[in-house]
Parts: sequence; C-alpha cells; structure tokens
Amino acid sequence: MNDFSYTQAATAKEATALRKDTPTAAYIAGGTTLLDLMKAHLQEHPQLVDINLLPFKGIEQTKDGLRIGALETMSAVGEHPLVVQQFPAVSQSLLLAASPQLRNMASIGGNILQRTRCGYFRDAAFPCNKRVPGSGCPAQTGDNHNLAILGVSESCIANSYPGDFSVALAAFDAVLTLEKGKGKQRQVPLNDFYRLPGNTPHIETVLEPGELIVAITLPNAAHAQSSTYLKVRERSSYAYALASAAVGLDVQGGTIRAARVALGGVGAQPWRSREAERILTGAPATEATFRAAAAAALQGAQPREHNGYKVELAQNTLVRALQQVAA
Amino acid sequence: MDTEPQFFETNATPGIVGQPLSRVDGWAKVTGQAKYSAEYNRLPGLVHAVLKTSDVAKGRVTGIDTSAAQRQPGVVAILTHQNLPKPVKVPDSQVNKGTLNSPMGFFPMMTDEVHYAGQPVAIVVADTLEHAQYAAALLKVTIAAEAPVSSYLDPKAQRYVPKNVKGTAGVTKRGDAQAAVAGAPVQLTATYHHATNHHNPMEPGATTAHWEAPDRLTVYDTTQGVSETQKTLALMLGLATEQVRVVTKYLGGGFGCKAWVWPHVVLAPLTAKAVGRPVKLVLSRQQQYTGMGHREEQEQTLRLGATKEGKLLGIVHEKTSTTSPWDDYAETNSRIINMLYALPAFESTYHLAKASVMTSTSTRAPGDMPGSFALECSMDDLAYQLGLDPIQIRLLNYAEKDPTNGHPWSSKSLKQCYAKGAELFGWSKRNPKNGQTRAGNTLVGWGMATASYPVHNSQGNARVRLYADGHAVVQAGATDLGTGTYTIITQVAADALGLPPENIRFELGDTILPSTQWSGGSTAAGRVSSSVYLAAQDVWEKLIKLAVRDRKSPLYGAKAADVVMEKGRLQLKAKPATGEAFSDIMKRASLGDVEGSAQGRYGSVYKEPSVVADADMNKEEKEAAAGYSMHAFGTHFCEVHVDPELGKVRVTRWVSVMSAGRILNPKTARSQVIGGAIFGMGSALMEQTVRDPHLARYTNADLANYHIPVNADIPDMRVEFVDEHDPHVNAMGVKGIGEISIVGVTAAIANAVFHATGRRLRSLPITPDKVLDAMRQPV
Repeated sequence: MNDFSYTQAATAKEATALRKDTPTAAYIAGGTTLLDLMKAHLQEHPQLVDINLLPFKGIEQTKDGLRIGALETMSAVGEHPLVVQQFPAVSQSLLLAASPQLRNMASIGGNILQRTRCGYFRDAAFPCNKRVPGSGCPAQTGDNHNLAILGVSESCIANSYPGDFSVALAAFDAVLTLEKGKGKQRQVPLNDFYRLPGNTPHIETVLEPGELIVAITLPNAAHAQSSTYLKVRERSSYAYALASAAVGLDVQGGTIRAARVALGGVGAQPWRSREAERILTGAPATEATFRAAAAAALQGAQPREHNGYKVELAQNTLVRALQQVAA
Repeated sequence: MDTEPQFFETNATPGIVGQPLSRVDGWAKVTGQAKYSAEYNRLPGLVHAVLKTSDVAKGRVTGIDTSAAQRQPGVVAILTHQNLPKPVKVPDSQVNKGTLNSPMGFFPMMTDEVHYAGQPVAIVVADTLEHAQYAAALLKVTIAAEAPVSSYLDPKAQRYVPKNVKGTAGVTKRGDAQAAVAGAPVQLTATYHHATNHHNPMEPGATTAHWEAPDRLTVYDTTQGVSETQKTLALMLGLATEQVRVVTKYLGGGFGCKAWVWPHVVLAPLTAKAVGRPVKLVLSRQQQYTGMGHREEQEQTLRLGATKEGKLLGIVHEKTSTTSPWDDYAETNSRIINMLYALPAFESTYHLAKASVMTSTSTRAPGDMPGSFALECSMDDLAYQLGLDPIQIRLLNYAEKDPTNGHPWSSKSLKQCYAKGAELFGWSKRNPKNGQTRAGNTLVGWGMATASYPVHNSQGNARVRLYADGHAVVQAGATDLGTGTYTIITQVAADALGLPPENIRFELGDTILPSTQWSGGSTAAGRVSSSVYLAAQDVWEKLIKLAVRDRKSPLYGAKAADVVMEKGRLQLKAKPATGEAFSDIMKRASLGDVEGSAQGRYGSVYKEPSVVADADMNKEEKEAAAGYSMHAFGTHFCEVHVDPELGKVRVTRWVSVMSAGRILNPKTARSQVIGGAIFGMGSALMEQTVRDPHLARYTNADLANYHIPVNADIPDMRVEFVDEHDPHVNAMGVKGIGEISIVGVTAAIANAVFHATGRRLRSLPITPDKVLDAMRQPV
C-alpha cells in the first residue's frame, strides 16, 4: 500500500471540498472494502478523507418511507426493528453477508460501492478491462464459474456489485440521496445508480467525482413487509452468492397484487426483474406462476463455459424464495 | 543403556498419560507470549524483505526497472538474478540430488528463467514491511512471455509415465490384475476427479535469517523439521551443519507444506548475506499459494473386478496429474488401494504432464486421501450393485494380513471401529435403498468409508534432565505443528519421571536440542514420546546404579534389575516398602541434576534397528525384515442433506472412530481428528484452487475466494477411539493420528450424497453446479 495522508472531515462541505482539492483522494468510512483494494494495489489514493463524523446517521420513518443514514453500519441496519418489520428482505440481505466483524465496521454507503470479486479484477497481474480499460477480459474464456450471466458484455462479465444489500434495495425501489459540493443534493433510484459494463466496464455507477451517498430511502409497501432474501453459496457463511433472490409479494385471496423481484450473483449489477414481476402481478400464487416468472427473469442470460448452471440455479432460487414468501 | 528398555505399560496407578490434559502451551498462545517464526523482531538492524513475483507463468526476465522503487523511503536493497548471491549448491545439481530436503528441482533467481506464475523474480529489502511492500509494487519487471501449459488438462500437455513418483515405481504390478478384472463376474469402472487444493495454514511461510558471523547462521523458520531445514541450508549455503541453527518454537499449522525447504527459506539468508543485516521474509497470503506447494489436480480411473458374492479379484488403477517442469511428483494414491482390502491382484500406473506450475507436495495424508476417495466410492458402488450393506462389503474383503506382502498386522482394530461407529451412528436403521428419505426441501443420505494410514519408519533423540528439586527439563528438536506435541510429551515425561506435569518443561523446535526427524507423516507423537520415555529410563538407570552402591541407601546391595521407579520413588520391585525418593539419592551424592538421553524409534525400525541401517533396502524389504505391517485404521460415518434444487450439500451428522495404538491425550487427539475430518469436508464440498486455462495463474489465491469450511458448515462431531495395545510400533505403543483423520472423509460424504440422491458424484469438490448437473441425469 502507498503512503497516504489522512484527514477527518467534520462536515459534508468540508469533505467534498477536500476531494475537490485532491481528486485522487478517497472517502473512507468503515474501510472494509477500500483498504483491501489499496493493499492489493488495485486503487491508490494519496489522501483518505474520513467521513465518519458526518451526520449521515439515523434510521427513521419519514413520509417517503424508511430513511437510513449512509454511515449506519451493516449490523445496525440489519438488526434495526423498523427494518426487520418493514423490510425483512433488506435485513436478511445484510445479516447473511460478510462476517460479524465486517458488519460491525462496514457502512451501508460503502456496501453499495463495493467492487467485484472477479479474480481477474482482484489480481493486478491479470489483464482486466475494468481495471485497465482495453487490456482484455480473460474471464470470458477462463475461470467464469461465479461470474455474471445477465447484463454482461464482451468487455466484462463481472458481478460488478458482488454483495447482497443492493439486491434487496433494487427489489424495493430504494432511492439514494447523493450530495455534491456546496451542499447540493440529488435523488437517484438505486436501479439507475449502477451502470452496465458495455464497453466501459471501468465506469460502475453514476456517482460523480467527490459525490457522497447521504442516505437511502425505502418506500413502505405491503409487498416489502412480506419479503425474503434467499442466498445460495458454496459455504454456509462468509461467501458471496452464486445466486440470490430478494422477493416481496402482496398476496390477497391467493392472487398476487404486487410483486418485487431482484436477483443477485447473476447480474452485472443488482438485477431487478420487471419481466418476472409482470408475470407474477395478478396471477395466482402457485408454483406454475413462480416457474414462469423465473423463466422470464433469466430469459436474456448469456452464460459462458463454466457458469451455465447459474441459469437453473437462479431460477430455482427465485422459485424457492417466492414459495417461502407465499407460504 | 545397558539393559533392554521396557515397553511403556500403563501405570498400575493412574498417570497423566491417557488423560485429557489441556494444552500446556495454551496460555502462552492466547496471551500472545508464544513466539512464532516471524516474531523475532529485536534482532540488531533487522530489515524486511518482500518477494516480487512473476505475473506470467513462463518466459524470461528481460528487464527490471528499479528506479521508482529505489526512490522510496526506507529501501535498503533491490536484489535480482543479477546481483543476488548464489547458493553453493542448488537442488537440481546432480551431486546433491536426493540429499536436499526440498521438493524443488529448480531454484529461482539464478537465471532469467520463469517457470511458474508467482515465481520470485526480485527481492526488495527495506526498513519496514510497508516500505518494502510498496517498493516491490513499484518494481517494473518485464518478462518476454511464452505460452504456458496450465495443467494435464491443457491440450498442449504431454502425458508420460515416469520411472518413479516419490519412491514408488511409475508402474506397479502385483499378480495379473488385468486378467483378474477382465475375467471377473462383476466389473466396475469409474473415473474420479480432484481439484487443486492448498494447505492454507493460518501462519504463512516465514523465514528470519541472522548471520551472527560469516560462518554462523541462525534461521527462525516456519518448518515442520528444524533438522531437515538445517541440513538443506548448510548444503546450499556451503556451511557445515553445526554452523546453521534453525529455530521453530511454534508453528501455526503445517499440513505438509512446511515439511520441505522452499525457495524463500533459502532466499532469506542469501538476502541477509547481501545486505549484511538480519532479514525477515514473510510470504503474503497470495504468495503462499505459489510458494509452498499444493495438492495436485488429478484424475483416477479405477477398474475393479469381484465375484458375484462381492469378493475382490483385482483392481487396476490409473492416475493422471500435473507436475512441475522440473519434477516428477505425484502423491502416491496407489498405496492405500493396494493394501486396504484382501485384494489378490493389483496394478497401478501413474501418468504425469508437466505444466507451468510450482511442484505439488505432501498435503495431509498425501496419496491415501485421494486414493481412498476412488477406492471407497467404488466399494460403495459394489455394495449397491450386489445389494449388500456398505459395511458388509468391507467385512467380506477384510484383510486379516497385509495383502501386499502377506505379513501380519502389528495390530488392527478395524472391525471394532466399524462396529462402534455403526452403533454410535445408528447405522442399523439405514434404508438400504437410496433416494428414499426427504426432510423438507432436502434429500437425506447416509454414507461411510474406511480410513487407514501407515506407520512410517523414523527415529530421533531426546534428552531428560532431572533436578534434585523435583523439576525436569525435557528436550527434543521436534516441532509442534499446533496439534499438541508440547502437551503429550509433557504427559509422557511426567509419568516416566513420576512428577506432576507442571514440574516438566518440554523444549522443542531448535537444532541445538537433540536431533529428531521432522513432524510429518504422522510420526512425531510415536517417535518423540518413545525417545523421551527411553531417555527418562536412562535417568532412572543411572540413579539406580548410584543407589545400589550407596551404603546409606536402603537399596544398597540390591540388584539394579530388582529396583523400580514408582512416582519418583526408587524401590524394590518385590518389597515396595524398601526404597527412597530420588532426591535423597541425589542429595547424598551432591548431584544437582541427572541427565539421560536415548534414541526412540518408530515403525519397523523399533524392534529391528538393523533394518534402518541398511540403506539399500527399500520400504517393502524393511517391512519384511521387521515382520509386521503397521497401520492405523478407522472409519467415518456421516449424514448429509442435499437440496436438489439449490445444489447445496450439508453435512448434518458425523461420527469418526479411530484405532491408533495408545492415545496419549484424548482431548488433543480428538481435536486432531475433528480438524482432519473438517479438512476433508472442505475438499469434499468446497475447496478448489483454479488456474486460468490460458495464463496458468491462480484466479482465487486468497481466503475469500478459496473456500475452507466455516463453523456454519460443520455439524456436531462425535469422535471415539478404540483402545489398542501394540508392542511392535514403538516403546510407547503409539500410532499417529494426524493424517488418518482425513482419509476416507471425501468418500464418506460422496457415498452419503449417493444414498440421498441416487446420483454418484465423482468430481471433487461437490459444489452446487455439479449437484444440479447430476440431478438432471437419470438415476
């Protein structure tokens, strides 16, 4: 890791100003993902701006929904009664991720910005279009066993966001509040926040240089209250998903009134499936409906040599999650 | 010693041997006082060395731009193949072939050659670790890359049958197995695949080298054998053995990868020589994957012939695996297949392909672990095909003597292990048909397999110094891999000296102590305990001699052979009231302490020391000379839940029953078996290192992406031992348990998956993708 300077910012204005002065500086909150990237020489920053003193805290009910400060930790959000009651899938997505130590340190704003675990990205000795644009993507014909099958391109097949939390956020229409210099804020739906790789896989989000994630707002809904997050992985804890599903259903009298579906582990970004939702909405809550929805969700899959199993696995995961919520 | 040493019989009064004593080094470890090899930080002028390794798997170094690195603060030196001092001898020099305790037939940084990704190409030395790491990252190494071969599966790979692999012939034949299988009424053929596995010790490889004088080197190293490392370093650096001291007080796991001398162990003293200061070199976690070997990826085809009743007639075994460009290395899977059952004919062939990788190496139960997977799955197939219970097929083929040489076993309690395991598990309630039991969304299955591991010959020395105040120092240059050597030897010394264990200090891990062989091949417990026990007998012999000549002693005039030691008191065997405390004898003789020493032997060299002296004998001949075949045996039973839609296999119940001679400490022994079985569960269900098929570089060389089991993967585990009295293996009657605990584990799990699903998965690890694929196949 390079030597770096460390500054603690007291306000958002101060933090954004510091980033403006040194564009190569980085914000640090929990540091659980940034320090890993720096130790592996994948990112280099001469200055770290500590944002932990910023007032991006609190979990509270507002008229727009549940508002969660971006500096809350994964464990605090995952265990918060309002989250557990109103958004069980969001709570589960946090508590099934990482390890207790990491969840106690990691901020949820940082979680949204974590980067791919693709082995070709994580080892600077490999070519990687995401790390070094134009250098190539050996994953296309190499070890793609746990890489994405939806939204991928010839440039990149990474699960750009490898985690769980944003998958649940994608399902339940979360909106991010972002802040640039001079206190200027804007709202961006989570589903517009990530960018597909196309031929610019190094550009991962719409976050502008120096912009901070302030808060996440989750609109309350019946389908969010009746929700679950199901995660399939090769070991029972401390592993990224091979496939996961965040689903919410509002079922009345056996008919699905509203449905939300997002998949993890299979998409180049957290994969909201409106195709699946269209099939579910208004249909009877039966296995046949769930199977049809799952088939629709994976319709556009483009598997490579070693990740073809994910088509079936993701479908089965989605069906199981829907069954669990409908039960 | 003048008299024949006695076999260690269980004390008439209960001693500490056999008791579940907690680790004597536990306190030092949990309080941070235990000093590991990378923690000798107070050496004068210590600097840090960091390896710069090759990005590509094959090629030649054409340039190293050191300018940016050189400018970094704290940088002391940058060494490359152009300015690194050369070793006097390298492992591939014909002169020393076979005498160096190193699996490398190639030593890096001698020339511009690059043979594997991760090969050291430069070394940066700086005042702090952080400075060295960052400067190493700034080094720009240019390599003219050539197309590598990634594994035996690479279309470019050329397969061949080696003359020898690890002392075993490339082709072995016992009887006419081809004809036996071809003519057998029941024939089975199956191919088994294994992914590359890594040892992943918690403590990475680390070497601290300190030249105390031009002819005096001290090395603090992460090694399973200080003596072997000492001899190898002496040879390679052109020193006499006594001029090199190697210290390993604590080891954070070895599992076979620390049993050998790897490049960094030699590069550290060469670097220290170059900079004239003590140097600490620690492998990064990623470098651990290319710096200290691995279990090679491999496939095995097993052809089995049996009678209609299920009696084995012959087995033909073929293995294909990857080796490095310079070695013919393969773990010897055929050993266990050859000996585990009453098998009249056997043939095995090893095929190798050279690829651009570091040589693979011993990994927990090398050979026997993967060999047992193929054999024990095939035995399960045979049982199902003939409608027999898996235990029944094994009893039907029970080897009452060693089928490879006809010798009796020194001891074998496998039948008792089957019976006890079956009872503890509730095996009698097993549904003989597979695919019959559901629990919620999962299919439930039961499986079992046999375990075995040989008693390898080894020998070593120990010294015991008994003080008149009732304390003792016990010494042997052994290594405690973290498995409990400190503890069990303290127990043995306590009983042998009649002292409470807190009065014993056992010192190990240093070449200034009496030399003993490495801790590997499950030999340490038997060898070191025997050495220490015999050294204590030497002490008593000296004291008895003293007492019977001392007019003031109640034992005066007695025959030495009539005197025995009982809890620190020397007394007449026939008249226990006549005697005195050892301290009284020593005080009258003005002796502050008495020292004894002995050589302990393990395996067939124990009873017949001459067989080890004859170096021309091969292993079989040595065994023949000794007259007994010596193995530990055991069995594993397990239950799995398989989710056929999500592909997840979960082990839900586990029973291991082992018979391994005398169990010195059931607590540390149980921990060993639990650890070995979990290691096996990892291999069965999740562990795999993947090399890119075109670039021959690992894509998951870290503990986030190489999955070892976590607590949530492991059920409650029942581990039991069957008591065994074996007077042939060594003076303590101990067989090792380090390796046997993993043998058979992968097969037990795969057999349970078969019972659950009706699908036979023969490719490890059994990950969700493979389960889903299998579930699509017809039963």
